Amino acid sequence: MAELINLTIDGVSVQAAPGTLVINAARSVGIEIPAFCYYEGLSLQAACRMCLVEVERMPKLQTACTLTVSEGMVVTTDSPAVVTARKSMLEFLLTNHPLDCPVCDKGGECELQDAVYRYGAGEGRFTHIKHHVDEKQFSPVVYYDAPRCILCYRCVRICDEGLGVAALGLVNRGVTVEIAPNRGSRLECDECGMCIDICPVGALTSGTYRYQTRPWEMRHVGTVCAHCGDGCKTTLGVRNGAITRANNRDRSGINGEFLCVKGRFAFDFVDHPERLQTPLLRTADGFEPVSWARALGHIAERFLEIKARNGRIGVVGSNLTTNEEDFFLQKFAREGLGAVGVDHIRTGDLPALVAALGTRSGAWASSADLYNCRAAVIVASDLSQQHPFLAFQLRANWRHHGMRCYTVTPGPVREDSYAVTALRAAPGDELAALESLREKLKAEPELVILAGASVRADALTRLVAFGDSLGIPVRYVCLLDYANSRGAADMGLLPDRLPGYRPAEGPGLALPDMLADPALDALWVMGADPLASSHLAAESAFVVVQDLFLTPTAARADVVLASASAYEKAGTVTSVCGEVQKLARGASVAGAKSDLEIMSLLAARMGLALGPSDNASLLEEICRSVPGYENVQAVLQGGVTPVVCPVWSGPQPDSRPDLIRSSEDTLFTSGVLGRYSRVLNSLSEAPGRLYR
Amino acid sequence: MLFNEPSPLEVKVLTRRFQYPDSARIDTFLAHQGYQAFQKALAMTPDDIIQEVKVSALRGRGGAGFPAGLKWGFVPRNSPKPKYVVVNADEGEPGTCKDRVLMVNDPHQLLEGMLIAARAVGATVGYIYIRGEYRHVIDIMDRAIAEAYARGYLGRNILGSGMDFDAYTHTGAGSYECGEESALLESLEGKRGNPRIRPPFPAVSGAFQCPTVLNNVETFCSVPEIILNGGAAFAALGTPKNGGTRLFALSGHINKPGVYELPMGFNLLRLIHEVGGGIPNGKRLKAVIPGGSSCPVLKAGECDLPMDFDSLAAAGSMLGSAAVIVMDEDTCMVTAALRLMRFYAHESCGWCVPCREGTHWLKKLVGRLHAGRGLSGDADLIEEVSRNMLGRTFCPLGDAAAMPMISLVTKFREEFEAKIGSAADAGPGSDQLVVL
Amino acid sequence: MTFSPQLETKFEKLLTSYPEGRQRAALIPMLLFAQDETGSLSPEVVSEIASRLGLTLLEVEEVISYYSMLRKQPLGRHNLQICTNISCLLTGGVALFEHACRKLGIGSGEVTPDGRFSIEEVECIGACSWAPAIMVNYDYHHHLTIEKLDRLIESLQEGSQDHAVQ
Repeated sequence: MAELINLTIDGVSVQAAPGTLVINAARSVGIEIPAFCYYEGLSLQAACRMCLVEVERMPKLQTACTLTVSEGMVVTTDSPAVVTARKSMLEFLLTNHPLDCPVCDKGGECELQDAVYRYGAGEGRFTHIKHHVDEKQFSPVVYYDAPRCILCYRCVRICDEGLGVAALGLVNRGVTVEIAPNRGSRLECDECGMCIDICPVGALTSGTYRYQTRPWEMRHVGTVCAHCGDGCKTTLGVRNGAITRANNRDRSGINGEFLCVKGRFAFDFVDHPERLQTPLLRTADGFEPVSWARALGHIAERFLEIKARNGRIGVVGSNLTTNEEDFFLQKFAREGLGAVGVDHIRTGDLPALVAALGTRSGAWASSADLYNCRAAVIVASDLSQQHPFLAFQLRANWRHHGMRCYTVTPGPVREDSYAVTALRAAPGDELAALESLREKLKAEPELVILAGASVRADALTRLVAFGDSLGIPVRYVCLLDYANSRGAADMGLLPDRLPGYRPAEGPGLALPDMLADPALDALWVMGADPLASSHLAAESAFVVVQDLFLTPTAARADVVLASASAYEKAGTVTSVCGEVQKLARGASVAGAKSDLEIMSLLAARMGLALGPSDNASLLEEICRSVPGYENVQAVLQGGVTPVVCPVWSGPQPDSRPDLIRSSEDTLFTSGVLGRYSRVLNSLSEAPGRLYR
Repeated sequence: MLFNEPSPLEVKVLTRRFQYPDSARIDTFLAHQGYQAFQKALAMTPDDIIQEVKVSALRGRGGAGFPAGLKWGFVPRNSPKPKYVVVNADEGEPGTCKDRVLMVNDPHQLLEGMLIAARAVGATVGYIYIRGEYRHVIDIMDRAIAEAYARGYLGRNILGSGMDFDAYTHTGAGSYECGEESALLESLEGKRGNPRIRPPFPAVSGAFQCPTVLNNVETFCSVPEIILNGGAAFAALGTPKNGGTRLFALSGHINKPGVYELPMGFNLLRLIHEVGGGIPNGKRLKAVIPGGSSCPVLKAGECDLPMDFDSLAAAGSMLGSAAVIVMDEDTCMVTAALRLMRFYAHESCGWCVPCREGTHWLKKLVGRLHAGRGLSGDADLIEEVSRNMLGRTFCPLGDAAAMPMISLVTKFREEFEAKIGSAADAGPGSDQLVVL
Repeated sequence: MTFSPQLETKFEKLLTSYPEGRQRAALIPMLLFAQDETGSLSPEVVSEIASRLGLTLLEVEEVISYYSMLRKQPLGRHNLQICTNISCLLTGGVALFEHACRKLGIGSGEVTPDGRFSIEEVECIGACSWAPAIMVNYDYHHHLTIEKLDRLIESLQEGSQDHAVQ
């Protein structure tokens, strides 16, 4: 560690590492230097001139966002010269600004508004006709209002530097400069909306949020995105129980400023018109909406009857439900029903990787590790499409730390553009391709391997053997599709494994085996759609489905229970990288109940004693009984995001590559939820586009 | 050929070959000491070359007046990166037309200066960034480059010295800002002419992020003389710390406009009256912009001074590009101000707030005032807006607009005040400028 | 699309004039030279040059819209660029500009209906000591008067093409 530099800012002694920018050194002692163009993590611009400060022995004011600290430096951030300069910059910024704050979406949370309120003049002296151009719609979700734009270039940089998309640029010159999209008058991009969030003013606005409400009319609910498994925090803006927007402007959560199109826009499945809002009971004439009491009574009766005759009940869990729900479901299934099988749709072979790594707790990479590791190999995944936050982390790591990236994928991927080596390998051939990288990888100080679903079963064992043979520290990420795919496995929604991968007694039926079992008496599906692509062999089986929509599986059910989505409930979920995070209830949909509540009511009706079924008690039980989750509750209470490392015990699993199937979602698909998101369906970019 | 009647007062150093027929051809050049300085430099160490340039007190001819030898000395000698020589031939400062004259009449002198600079810093490639309008200059430079290759003054193992150097012209496409050195480098790399954050300076990270010597045409053209006859002799031509001669471009209300080579420190009034033949039609001198449009204006009474960097700085102006714009007693200073503010608003790249918005605001303010629709307080506001830009913009363009504006509105305040609210009597012909 | 062999030769030289991997440097010269040949930077020209340099259309558009000499719409065959900046202003440049506008019946940035002439009021063209000056395409005309401008326009109307630099 290099020695710290001593300097003085506004009379306060400050120590900062060499290379620290004055703006950050000031921030470290609580002195805020206003800035628009400066944005931590992005390249420096020195364009807005808001951060001008006085520095002893320098004749001109200096931009604190580009000036690095030096020994003995004396900085003043509130001298008359600085105050005048700031005030004049704001006056300049407002000359051609429309001052349409009353109708601007950003009003109330606008950085320009705040800065003018704090540092600006009370009156304007620009009494000329303002330079005006009309607002433009760049895409279904991105609008650009050039007159409001203060040209801080944050949007251009986040798109280019942050995402590697570079869909925004600058056109024209002087006062006519504006931001332009990459396809003439429209955008072709990830539609992530990062440009909207990062915009300090109301220049870039959201097609779904604009003119809907005022920021102070909403309740801001921080929760976890309901879509992919990367675990991004998203802050829901909720008004009257309805979600009006989602963003992460405060850069909180594991994802910092990152959110993709799904996290930002695809919350609209919640109020899709086809959303189930009442239980449905199959009658001779089709489904009949019934009361919860009648639906649950019917299920309890049938389950008890089947259980009484030692009938065969199969239980299928979800990739979307909470850890608490998953834990309770497997308990219900195993202890309450004596189910012949408990499983979920497996989108990656996490158990096989856990088995291969055994008890090595240091062998799992967190999403923070992706930002700090020295080298990474992306195997069998189009990461920027399927795990956009993980891709963002790796890219930021490359930008900031020069991380060395390798890709081994079936086709070209965005990460190729900065990869040291980019190899093409068909599914199943990945290990042979990796072998050709052996010498290069051996030379790395450490490595993170991210493996997609086509590396499964024995291939994962061989992957770990390959990692071990490199002689360097290697950590792994098993890429899984959905918001709590990881939790489903960790919580024992597996036929042969209890929560925490402890061996289950006797081999249960895996999902395809349940579906193929002609003697199956009942199938209970919580938040999954296995019959979308499979046939249920037991034609007379009693089928219960909990879901948001009438999926193909629900359509086959005898009873359908309207369940609540992740945005409508509490609980915890575990990301693909093992971060355990809390959900918070944002929306409420009349008639729908959380899966936990449904199970709890059903257990009561059946007279089962399964223990307490509230989130807090269940999390406590999880921490008590699930290896790897011991500290989760304590860490969460401390306000920190716990990272769990799974632990394998007992015999190796059977090799069942047939159980693994990723749905190969893109940025614009998201399984069942995606099918019911009007916004996602309105965006037509081809998956995997590199936008060149 | 671009040429005006020489003045007997001129001291012809950089322009000495202009008198010969075909002065742009290599044979003419070689017949008159051409490439001899370079050959001499080949026998010198890089340090000796830089030392000689330092001794010469040669200061940047583009406008900033930074000592050239010092600039060359900043190039890291041991950098493993390739090094470049870049010539700023973007000549866009209103009033300035000297680099064009130098390149059209003696292109090889520029190439020789580049070669010597390359020798001094170990550069192997040079680019001459020439403004797009100067297509004929590009053609002349290209022909000179071809001649130099043919005679072995460019290319591999030049004159058996082991030195390699390639030179290329590079056209601009219409942007005053690209005359700012870091914006020029962006433009050279095929981008918008937005300036770069400095440090790093071009000497460390310039063209293609490699160490680069970047100077104005006239600066490079001064180098052969310095090497041939010594830095001390060159320095002695001018005033202390202001070595050599300067090409003064006289324009505006002057009987003999033209480009004249005179020693640094030549008296401005003598320049106007003795070299330039005075003001046409017996008019009296009103004001002079002494170094291109970005320099604060001097009132007639302030013009009895030596034309060197330090004397003009002391007088509150700048020598700049030594473009002397003469204005007679009938000149409307508000009109002049408006034309200049229109220029800066048009040429502001738009990158930083105070320049982008300030130049636009000044154009509007002066335009309103010029049209006789100014409001009381507008003159003060013009000054204040200018001062709010001054020293706070990303690159010098903001200052370049603010400085002449401040000088005009303070030194000729009564003209600005008189225009306020004069629309009713602003008859045709009172101003000749179309306000856009 | 294809350009003339002369232009292709120029392009070839440009692409070897810059360090390996930095061929983007050729963009502005390529655009200007292509425009000289085709009259304007049509979408076809832009995409051709973009693809030759491996740039996105946006990257090229950013550049085109920045430089005042680059244009996407064709101007007249004879583009009168009349300087009205300070030295020309002091010596009658504005009168020349207004005269040309009246004579041709067009304003700055406009083209005569026959496509023969266009006028641009331009910033300093580096002819200050020979002011007032104008450019017709790339040809300079110095010390202009209204009479000389009339003769120049008439000669261009008659179709004589070449006007060497004075």
